[in-house]
Amino acid sequence: MQRIGVFICHCGTNIAATVNVEKVTEALRKEPCVVFADNYQYMCSENGQQLIKNKIKEYNLTGIVVCACSPRMHEGTFRKTAEAAGLNPYMVEIANIREQCSWIHKDIDEATEKAVILGRTAIAKLTLNTPLTAGETGVTKRALVIGGGIAGIQCALDIADAGYEVDIVEKRPTIGGRMSQLDKTFPTLDCSACILTPKMVDCAQSEKIKLFTYSEVEEVKGFVGNFKVKIKKKARYVDETKCTGCGVCMANCPSKKGLNAFNMNLNTRPAIYIPFAQAIPNVAVIDPEQCIKLKTGKCGLCQMKCGVGAIDYTQKDEYVDREYGAIVVATGFKPIDLTNFNEYGYADNKDVITSLELERLMNAAGPTKGVLLRPSDNEHPKVITFIQCVGSRDVSGCGKPYCSKICCMYTAKHAMLIREKYPDTEVHVFYIDVRTPGKNYDEFYRRAVEQYGVDYIKGMVGKVYNENGKLMVQGSNLLDNTQVVIPSDLVVLATAIEPDPSVRDIASKLTISIDTNNFLTEAHAKLKPVECATAGVFLAGVCQGPKDVPETVSQASAAASKVIGLLAKDKLKGNPCVAHSDEMMCTGCSQCARVCPYGAITYEDKTFGRGANATVRRVAVVNPAVCQGCGACTVTCPSGAMDLHGFSSSQILKEIDFICKK
Amino acid sequence: MQEITENKEFKPLIVAFCCNWCSYAGADLAGSSRLSYPANVKIIRVPCSCRVNPIFILKAFQRGADGVILCGCHPGDCHYSEGNYRTRRRMSLLFSMLNYLGIEKERTRVEWVSAAEGAKFSAVMNDFVKTITALGENKKLEDLRCKSKN
Repeated sequence: MQRIGVFICHCGTNIAATVNVEKVTEALRKEPCVVFADNYQYMCSENGQQLIKNKIKEYNLTGIVVCACSPRMHEGTFRKTAEAAGLNPYMVEIANIREQCSWIHKDIDEATEKAVILGRTAIAKLTLNTPLTAGETGVTKRALVIGGGIAGIQCALDIADAGYEVDIVEKRPTIGGRMSQLDKTFPTLDCSACILTPKMVDCAQSEKIKLFTYSEVEEVKGFVGNFKVKIKKKARYVDETKCTGCGVCMANCPSKKGLNAFNMNLNTRPAIYIPFAQAIPNVAVIDPEQCIKLKTGKCGLCQMKCGVGAIDYTQKDEYVDREYGAIVVATGFKPIDLTNFNEYGYADNKDVITSLELERLMNAAGPTKGVLLRPSDNEHPKVITFIQCVGSRDVSGCGKPYCSKICCMYTAKHAMLIREKYPDTEVHVFYIDVRTPGKNYDEFYRRAVEQYGVDYIKGMVGKVYNENGKLMVQGSNLLDNTQVVIPSDLVVLATAIEPDPSVRDIASKLTISIDTNNFLTEAHAKLKPVECATAGVFLAGVCQGPKDVPETVSQASAAASKVIGLLAKDKLKGNPCVAHSDEMMCTGCSQCARVCPYGAITYEDKTFGRGANATVRRVAVVNPAVCQGCGACTVTCPSGAMDLHGFSSSQILKEIDFICKK
Repeated sequence: MQEITENKEFKPLIVAFCCNWCSYAGADLAGSSRLSYPANVKIIRVPCSCRVNPIFILKAFQRGADGVILCGCHPGDCHYSEGNYRTRRRMSLLFSMLNYLGIEKERTRVEWVSAAEGAKFSAVMNDFVKTITALGENKKLEDLRCKSKN
């Protein structure tokens, strides 16, 4: 039998003006299990809390009900008060007689009657409360960053700077990501490599950062503070510790027809290659699909030429097990596939290119050494037409419904750079809207129009077709309501961006939810933009939504600060109001695991009974450190084995009983 | 029958389940904005609308509630990312079953109320109470054995 104390707050006149607190005290004093009831002017004040503490000790109370303001306001306060008096903090219930009673009702009798019912209901619920203890778990003081683009790099550097170990797992042979492919960056036009490569070098040199390039996350187990991750290091066929990156192997490789993905397939590379000059690590990798030695067993030229004996054709994929306290997902993006967009003639005309291809054509380290030559005949294009929103803001189903956010700005950048470098070039831009929110962004766009004389045409392009070697861009000019055809030498498509396809696999391994466009979903759109619903997992960069470099870097630093905050703790205190399964009732049907958004439920084979009567059954086990206490599983469970601490079915039914008591 | 529905004294008993993160906070905001709604609405706090078992709703009717309303975060805004989608699916099944049983479907309702929508919370409750008052007492599902003898 519980011994319950009831404390009714006047809240000055906030409650006492519309609720007759004396009457409520009298009524609640008569409730079963109640051994003490009193009211006080301000229960949350120092004196009010002292009153509660004294009465807990004096009456040896096992639980308290505070009839006061919303539990969202002072539940924590009164739990601490109870704890200070030696009571379990979860033996406290709040009856909300302010926000949900005194403040909204004018009639004193009515409000008093309701306050009594709310108080009774809270007492009834409390009779079924059990003392709960928040579990504590240790924290592995190391973070994992998945993706080695600018988001991953910035995040890792920040975490390392705070003194924690970080691993970066990057699926490509080098870190650097999309930003390493860019020529210049808006709105300041500084060269991308000049600002990115020093950060890449910092990553390589940091004692706290370990790089796993050409590697993938194979398996993730565990929970916040205690993730266990298996990393697959794909075979490079080159010993990372020996290779000096001298490039002799590349020069001697006879198989030179591989498409150079770093240059957007605009030129070729040998079977053994270093993606680009500033690659980190500066170590060669062999493409097994292309290498003559690996395919036929004959060749071995690179091994013969390698001065340090780094080539190893027998290398196998390796698996590394690592433990982490937090995980940051920064898997980045890719331009969408343009096969659905026949109207722009991308597949048929070499001189219809994407903006990322143009980046490579303008880059000094690109296939044309920075000289803008069109791919078909290596001629200088004289008329260049840009088409914006290719696949973005497209509700037809071919493209993406969202705005890719970066295209307006990079198109303005491209147009400006071309006009700067080749003033005799004519540049046209077809646009739906020009979107330039950002510091110094609109000024940048206006410079393109006003200073560089770029011809912006408001309207969509209907088609691009080849006529006598000229690319005819047919579109509408909405402002003067005319149809225009622009004979062009080069057409550049501002292609929509989408999350890197690897994101789906990562999301399912980390139980992160994905939206309809494959972007990862943050815990709260406004207030938790870098956290995931899965505790201990954070997001950075375009995997969460379209972003430019400055925004990506800000989000990466934000994610890093969240990680640092987590790793700084020695123990993580959990929320004890979590689900638990009655193993005698559980049938192991897996329904609960299927609805759990956090992957908190696993199954174990347990032996019931002894000796000859022993049977083994599969039963659900909830990991209290992962469970967030939503209760979805409790309703799904067909056998009623699942229940939720703090909001148990019997407690809620009891509340219903008391509310409906007539 | 006629007499009961015309009885002006009839005050329906309404049970409102509110999720802790959006709707309960919305109810609090209605309170702090002093936006009144009838006192016969009593709120039960649940962590998420998906914590509400259809049995809870049936039980409330059995115990004599005249209307049961379930409030959660707007679709897409669930604190637990997808709980309210489950609520929506479960409740549409329950509601069609209640309909099949001959219970007026207006006696139950699901509403999405965010933490910022105090005004909506109050409006929804006023409207719901009005609807239930017009429907009259819940006689079909009330279990007379649950009535206390006084």
